[in-house]
Amino acid sequence: MKVSILQFPGTNCEYDTQHAFESLGASTEIVWHKSQTIPEDTNLLVVAGGFSYGDYLRSGAIAKFSPVMKAVAEYANKGGKVLGICNGFQVLTEAGLLPGALKRNDGLHFISKHHTLKVENNDNIFLEKLNNGDVVNIPIAHHDGNYFIDDAGLSELHANNQILLTYSDADGKAKNPNGSVESIAGVCNKEKNVFGLMPHPERAMEAILGSDDGIKMLQGFLES
Amino acid sequence: MLTAIVNVSLKAGVLDSQGKAVHHALDSLHFNHVNDVRVGKQIVLKLDTDNKEEAMKDVEKMCEEILANTVIEDYAIELI
Repeated sequence: MKVSILQFPGTNCEYDTQHAFESLGASTEIVWHKSQTIPEDTNLLVVAGGFSYGDYLRSGAIAKFSPVMKAVAEYANKGGKVLGICNGFQVLTEAGLLPGALKRNDGLHFISKHHTLKVENNDNIFLEKLNNGDVVNIPIAHHDGNYFIDDAGLSELHANNQILLTYSDADGKAKNPNGSVESIAGVCNKEKNVFGLMPHPERAMEAILGSDDGIKMLQGFLES
Repeated sequence: MLTAIVNVSLKAGVLDSQGKAVHHALDSLHFNHVNDVRVGKQIVLKLDTDNKEEAMKDVEKMCEEILANTVIEDYAIELI
């Protein structure tokens, strides 16, 4: 199992992501954004979190034109599995590989804390190790995590079970930290091979550090 | 030489939380006659052409591709 992790100028979660997947037994490779290709043996491509290009213009807006993004789109369109975490989610929406957009948090603050999330749809490789309605404890750390999609887009997400996770309290009741439409924390594309979420499962790998709920999420990719 | 002034702002109907915060601040400074505040950004481009039609087409393309995210933002272009 080979996980390739994209690195843009300003990415800062690539080594955490690498550590997380290696601790689950995967081999990893970090791919610099200037590369025109992604490693051929890639089983999962991760767009890691951080602040690509300093979040200039809009979060993820400039990264989408990096040389490697063409290869990412080709890989995704051929059915390759892609996971965008935090800034990676923003990059994937900007690139049009995932629906919607992320805007400034309603409270205008950068939010950095553990947050509980409710699993909405587990009929995909990312969440298949969890049950619908399960609550996981995963850190969030973002300024632009306020998920927006128009009404037509939202109905489509519902119709195709594309809503992966929503922000909730410990009992699974909706609790919205940033203003996201329907408290959405993560979505996938219609084909269910491109996934994006604002929370950081790669930071929830060890109970002693607050939570190891990320293990079940990332493991889904390794066994599929 | 033309200059393009591009104004990018959140679409009507998309909550502008920065605008709301500024509105609130104005209120607390007793500027009480403000009905609504929208915060956007202005991008100024110096263009290497005098052809307005061509320039407009070009800048529109820039807006669609990168300067604005048309999922949440509108843009307006002024050429001078």
